[in-house]
Order: sequence, then C-alpha cells, then structure tokens
Amino acid sequence: MAAFSLRRFRAMLVKESLQIARDPSTMLIAFVLPLLLLFIFGYGVNLDTARTRVGVAVADGGEAAQSLAGAFAASPFFDVTPARTTAPLKDLLVADRIRGIIVIPQDFGAQVAKGGGDVQVITDGSLPNTASFVAAYAEGVRQNWAAARAGDRGGAAAETIVIASRFWFNPELSSRFFLVPGSIAIVMTMIGTLLTALVIAREWERGTMEAIMATPVGMAEFLATKVVPYFFLGLASMALCTVVGILLFGVPFRGSPFALLLIGSAFLVPALGQGLLISAAFKSQFVASQVALLSAFLPAMLLSGFLYEIPSMPRAIQWVTYLVPVRYLIPPLQTVFLAGDLWGMFLRHIAIMLGFGAVLFALAARANRRRVA
Amino acid sequence: MESVASARRVTKRFAASAPPALDGIDIEIVAGKMTGLVGPDGAGKTTLIRLLAGLMDADAGEVCALGRPATAADRSAIGYMPQRFGLYEDLAVIENLDLYANLRGLPRSERADSFAKLLEFTDLARFQDRLAGKLSGGMKQKLGLACALVRTPKLLLLDEPGVGVDPVSRRELWAMVRSLTEDGIAVLWSTAYLDEAEKCDTVYLLNEGRMLHAGPPQVMTGKVEGRIVRLAVAAESRRRTLERALDDEAVADGMIQGSAIRLMLRERAEPPSPAGLGVVDAIYEPVSPRFEDAFVDALGGGAPASSALARAYRTIPASDAPAIEARGLTKRFGAFTAADDIRFTVPRGQIFGLLGPNGAGKSTTFKMLCGLLKPSVGTGSVAGHDLRTAAADARQSLGYMAQKFSLYGDLSVRQNLDFFSGVYGLTGARQRAAIERVTEVFHLERYLKDNAIALPLGYKQRLALACAVMHEPPVLFLDEPTSGVDPIVRREFWTHINGLVDKGVAVLVTTHFMDEAEYCDRIALIYRAREIAIGTPDELKARAGAVEATMEDAFIALIEASDAERGREAAAGGRPPRPGEDM
Repeated sequence: MAAFSLRRFRAMLVKESLQIARDPSTMLIAFVLPLLLLFIFGYGVNLDTARTRVGVAVADGGEAAQSLAGAFAASPFFDVTPARTTAPLKDLLVADRIRGIIVIPQDFGAQVAKGGGDVQVITDGSLPNTASFVAAYAEGVRQNWAAARAGDRGGAAAETIVIASRFWFNPELSSRFFLVPGSIAIVMTMIGTLLTALVIAREWERGTMEAIMATPVGMAEFLATKVVPYFFLGLASMALCTVVGILLFGVPFRGSPFALLLIGSAFLVPALGQGLLISAAFKSQFVASQVALLSAFLPAMLLSGFLYEIPSMPRAIQWVTYLVPVRYLIPPLQTVFLAGDLWGMFLRHIAIMLGFGAVLFALAARANRRRVA
Repeated sequence: MESVASARRVTKRFAASAPPALDGIDIEIVAGKMTGLVGPDGAGKTTLIRLLAGLMDADAGEVCALGRPATAADRSAIGYMPQRFGLYEDLAVIENLDLYANLRGLPRSERADSFAKLLEFTDLARFQDRLAGKLSGGMKQKLGLACALVRTPKLLLLDEPGVGVDPVSRRELWAMVRSLTEDGIAVLWSTAYLDEAEKCDTVYLLNEGRMLHAGPPQVMTGKVEGRIVRLAVAAESRRRTLERALDDEAVADGMIQGSAIRLMLRERAEPPSPAGLGVVDAIYEPVSPRFEDAFVDALGGGAPASSALARAYRTIPASDAPAIEARGLTKRFGAFTAADDIRFTVPRGQIFGLLGPNGAGKSTTFKMLCGLLKPSVGTGSVAGHDLRTAAADARQSLGYMAQKFSLYGDLSVRQNLDFFSGVYGLTGARQRAAIERVTEVFHLERYLKDNAIALPLGYKQRLALACAVMHEPPVLFLDEPTSGVDPIVRREFWTHINGLVDKGVAVLVTTHFMDEAEYCDRIALIYRAREIAIGTPDELKARAGAVEATMEDAFIALIEASDAERGREAAAGGRPPRPGEDM
C-alpha cells in the first residue's frame, strides 16, 4: 500500500466538507439540535419546579398588608390565589388545588408599625417536602419584603435586625447551570459517534465505498477524512452551545476557553473512535444509527451523571458508568463552567478519555479492512 | 497478446451452507480487447469483478492484475466502475472528476487536457456544474465511466454498465468503450444482456458460479448454427401455434416474434411440419442464431410448452367493456410532467406492452392505473371499474407484480402466500386450494418454510407472480417481471403469460428486453412522459424502415425521430427540449 498521500487526503477532505455543507441533516444535528436541547433543558425542565400554587388571605386592608401580599404575588416561586378570609382557601387546600395558605392577619399593619409583623403559614403536612419548601420560601419572601421596606425608609427605622437570606441551592438556577454542560456532551456524542457512523455507512449503501476502495486511496487516508471534519464540527457545535448558554441562559463561565477546548477535544477522540468502530461493523445507515443511539446517545443521557447523579444509582450501574467515556466529560465540563480551572482534575479526566480513544481507534483500525466482503 | 489481468481456478464462498458464488473459475483479460462477462443475476459476475479489482480475497486460486496479486496491484492504473457508478450525488460533475483525478494521482499538468477530452467524449461539458444526483441515468453512467477513465487505465472493469438505461444510451456507451480498446486498454464488460455478448471479442458465460463458455462468442453461437428457423403465422393464432411447436420433440426452444414464431430445433432434428402446427401456406426460413440461443441450448433447452398455471385458471368471461383503458392519463409533480396524455385500450385476452427508458413515465402510468397515484388529468378503468369512482374495485380485479422485490422478506414463502391470498379476499377452502395450486405450479414446495428474502432470484420472481395470480384476477399488471432472471426462467414466465392470455386475462407489461416486446399484441412507446408510438410490434418495426429491423432498432429510430420533432417544435417557438430532463 502506498504511503499516506497529502494530495489524496486533501481531495477527500474537500469532498467530505462539500458533502457536510450540502447535507441539511448534518447541519441540523450540528447546529439546530444543540439549540433545541438548550431550550428544552433551559426552559422546559425549569418551569415544572419553579412555581408553587398557594393561597394568600389578606384580612388587613392596610398599606403594609397589601404591600406584602403584592410581594407574594410578585414572587417567582409562588402562583398566588388571593382571598379576604382563609375559609375558601382551606377548601382549596383540602381539594389539593393549592399547596399552602399564607395568612396576613387583621392587625398586621399595627404590628408592622410597632416593628413586628408576623404572618401565619398553613401547609399540607402530607407532602412534607413541599410543606417545608412553602414555609421556608414564604418566610424568605416576608424577610426580603421587610428588609426592602426598611431600606426604603432610610437608616432611622433600620435598626431592627435584618436577615438577608440567599438561596444557595435555588433549584431553578442550578438545574439550568448543570444542563448546559450536559447538552454539550449530548451534542458532541451525536456528532462524534452518530454522524461518523452514518456517513461511512452511507458510502457503503450508495456504492461509493466500492469505487473509492478501487482507487489508490489508503484506509488511513479515508478514515482520517472522516475524522477531521467531524472533529471540527463537534468543536463548532460546542462553541455554539457555550455562547448561547452564557448569553441567553446566563450560565457562568468561570474557567478558561482553553481548558474547555482541551476537554472537548479530548472527549471527541473516543466519540469518533466509537463511530468508526460502529461503521466498520455495520454497513447500513439504519443499523448504524440504531447502534449509535443505543451505545452512545442513551449512555450520554442516562449514565453520564448529568441528568441522574451517579452516586444515587445502584452499585452495579455505577460500575457500568466507568465504561462510558462521556462519564469523564461531565465533571470537568461542569467545573469549567461553574467553578473554574481545576487542572489536576481536568488532566486526570482528559487522560482517561484519551485512553478510551486510543483503544477504540485501535479496534476501528483493525476492523476497517479494505475489502467489500 | 498481453494478458493484463487473470484469475486461475478461483473459488469464493459467502456462506458455508450455500453453493459457492464462484466455483473454480478461470478468466484472462487481454490488452486492446473487449472481454465480455455474461450471465443472469446471481451468476457470480460482480464477485469476479470485485476479486479482479482487489476488493475481496478469494478462498482458493489466484487473482492477478497488472502483474501482481490483485489486492496489491497498482490501483492508479485500474479503472473500476461499480454497478451504481460510485458517484457522489451531492457533488457536481466537475467535483466528482476532480476527486477521482486526485485519488488516482493524475499529474496536474495533464488535468486540463484530460478533463476537456473526457467532457467532450461523454458530452457532459454543458453539465459540469450540475450535481451528479440531478443527472439522468444515462448521463450518470457516462460520468461514472469518465471517473474511471480520468487517468487512462491499463485495465477497465465495468460492472453491468448497460443496466437500466435506454437502448440509445447503451449503444453510445458501448461505442465509447469500444473506442478505448483501440488505445490498447483491456476492458472487462459485465452484462446480463446476452445481445451485448455477441459484440465482444471474447466472452465468458457464467451461470450459478460456473463457467459455461469461454472464447469468442461466434464459437458459442456456432454450436446452434442451422438450427434456428422462423415461421410466419397468423397474428391471432401465434400463441396457440407456439404452444403446439414447443410440444414437439424436435423443438428445443421457441418464442414469438411479432406475427411469427422463432424456433430452435434439437440437434439433427427435422422441424415439425407447418400443417401439423395448424399453419397453412407457410414455410420455415432459416435465421441466424443469437448468443441467447446458444445459452439456452447449453442449459438444456427452453420453456415448457404449456402452462400448468393457465390450465387451472378460470376462464375470464367476455365483456363489452375493455379490460384496461387509459383516457388521457396525465400526472404532474409541480412543474415536472411525469406522464402526459397517455391513451390506450387493452381488450380481454391481449398483452399490451409499455416500453421506454427508465424514467420515461412507465411506472407513473402503471401506478395511476393501479389507483396508487391520482392522475392530475384524465382517467382510466380496469375491468370496467372507473379509477375515479371505484378505485378499490379496480384494484381488487387486478394482480400486480412490482418491479422491485415487494414481498415480505422476513416472512416465509408460505406466510407470504397466506397473506397475499388473504388480502385479495380468499378464505377457507378456496384459499387453501389456491395456495396448493401455485405451490405446485411454481415448484415452491421445497422453499415453503424459507424466508422469502433468502430465495434465489428466479424463485423470488415466481413467488411474486404466484402472489399476484392466486385470486385469479381478469387483469394482470407486470412491471419488469423478468428483469435479471436467466433465459430459462424468462421463457417459463412467458409461457405462463401466454397461457393466461388464452384464458382471457388482459396483461399490461413493461420490459426492457426488446425481444420480449415481441410477445405483446400491441405496444406503446413512452418517451419523456409522452406516448410517441403505438401499434403492433410489426407495425413499429415497419415504421423504423428496414423489414429485418429488430425491436431495438425500431425503438431507437422512433426515439430519434421524436427528439428531432421536439427540436423542430422548439425551433418553431415551442417549449425547448432540455437534454437530460427525461429522468
């Protein structure tokens, strides 16, 4: 077999790039799918947990009581059903239509004037988590309201002790933060494994593989032209996810772009290797896509630890996750976004991913023989 | 003579249980000669070509190309065109050429010359920026050839280059390749068309992995020299006469040619007396043999005389309404007209042929008559049921055999028979009887439990026909029923068709075997969506000029006349013809 020829490599690379540019499905996976995933994870998943339905009974017609009721209505955590007395709200609570009742008592205005101002929170004890959530958040709203009010009135009245609460584990925001790195992992899996497996299977199906193999092209040149464009496509897609995540979803980016580039590149090595291996074994696009979805996409969703935490999985499944390369992508990815550059941890994970990649590429090179049958 | 590539006692097996795809094959491809590799589908042609191209390893024997083992040969000097041309459909013509030029290491200094020559040679210069996927079938073929030739090879391997294109393109392609041998290129041309074999310098005839003949085609045809005769008969009785003739001991093979029958006699046999066949005032005239005659002879003779299927078939009652009628069928897909004002009528008990290149509109016409496609304009009827008002009844009264394998591959033969008899409304004892009947007629007994996908091609086609006729429909639609099968199976099919027609069945058939068109009572020639000629085979041949013209000559003459007329229309201000738009 002739040595690696730069001219043939370049010719095949041009061909592959033209095909990518002209194939709408490739563009769809590389640039539309990431946006779709980000929007689903960014918006769809949040709305479920954010607003809890509660009733607010305002027995006091005074300014302070109305202002506090307004604060509840404006809270992003509550969906408020207002009432004058608690009676109708109790029925709603029993009927499971609301999760709690916040009672602003008749003398609330007077109490506030004296420097106090308690509210009563009635919750449904049969759902303890929700009950404590409602109680804690109701208290939070009241304290924030009180603090803001004190601030408005200036220093004189602000001598009361002000508790400034911060919701460190705000469930809404944290899920969004974690899901963006997760989307990147899924998209890179799709491009690295699924697209690569598909494009080679397509050459078999359309009979172009046969024609190509009858030319002096070497298997190394052929496989290299399948790897290089999709490597860059994967990185481009990662960049898109990152920019959209930061600009649109306000995800912090505390690490360096260089670290992100290294982490992403390291992961694409096993992802592409797996794609090549699948394509060597299955020469139909249909089978290749099935195998790629089962062996790459589903593990990326379920076993990588981005949707479901690995420590809470059964022990046997935890062991399985060690065999999934994408498992080693998620922690450094989340770290580079949320915490910063932790090079010790990055390098360890990068080394493991490259190790997987080396094994997969070796297997793929052995399996991709230059024979049609 | 210089041997460029060869195979010695080559054997290749794909499954341990199946018979070998190639069984001890020898072949020698010589510089400056056209070597033909001929045989029906499944004979082993593609396997042999792939071995020669170094794309496979043989189980036994040795394969050499350009003086080295084929898998280590200098690939830049081998041009290979696989069956599906190996073109990238999403690349433009010039981009495909460029790719193959780089892959084969064409020196840059020669690039401009080579491209200019090839584009002129293939007449693709005007289309160099068009995507390969948007070319017509014939143009794709030429581009595939150009890609294989981009750096002048010493060895050119062509896997069925003539398949699926119209006779005009086939002739052009043949002439192009023929001219290459004059430059000393060794060409291997593989084909299922036996008439192409006659024109090769040397022919290797493969059947079921074995070599039946190796040598000049004349040697093969010489074996049946003097045994082929032609007898003019009355058009109405030709099917009956052929049946009687095939019944005679002395006749090895026979077929219909317009209003005559053509017989091959057994060795040293006297032809049956015309009077005995019910023909008066006619004498046998000797005809020159064809390669196919010799092939049939080598396989031990042709078709059975009569069809067991037809004997058991019900007689279709006479009716005033035509069995099939197309009244101005037109189908437009957006701006593209796939079929334009197609009109014909088929009475009970006749065969009507639709002929035309791939993409001319035959299948579209078929689908409209089956009620699978709604005509944009016009209508038709099947067995008296109007397609607009009673499409379901129309479908129930026809048997349809699709061009591609359209049975359930994962179901067994028996399950397919059960299913198709069921969907056509057969139940209980009638269903069982119908299944038993076709099982016997088509010799499906030993395959009943096998999955349909695993059948040999001939049996797949038999099963498809069986599924179409179990409910004894008065109308049969056969879309390329004999595509790819060996000549023996083709004759068996035509015996069945002739027998059914005798029982009153009306048959609408498409074929790209020109000799099969001769079986038809009437033919419509479809070209670029229009019906350019309609008539009996003899009428069409007469319109082509020469008395001795073959159906293929007629076909080509009529197409050329149509192109010329369109050219005049365009000059007169009509719609300009756009070459290559017919696909």
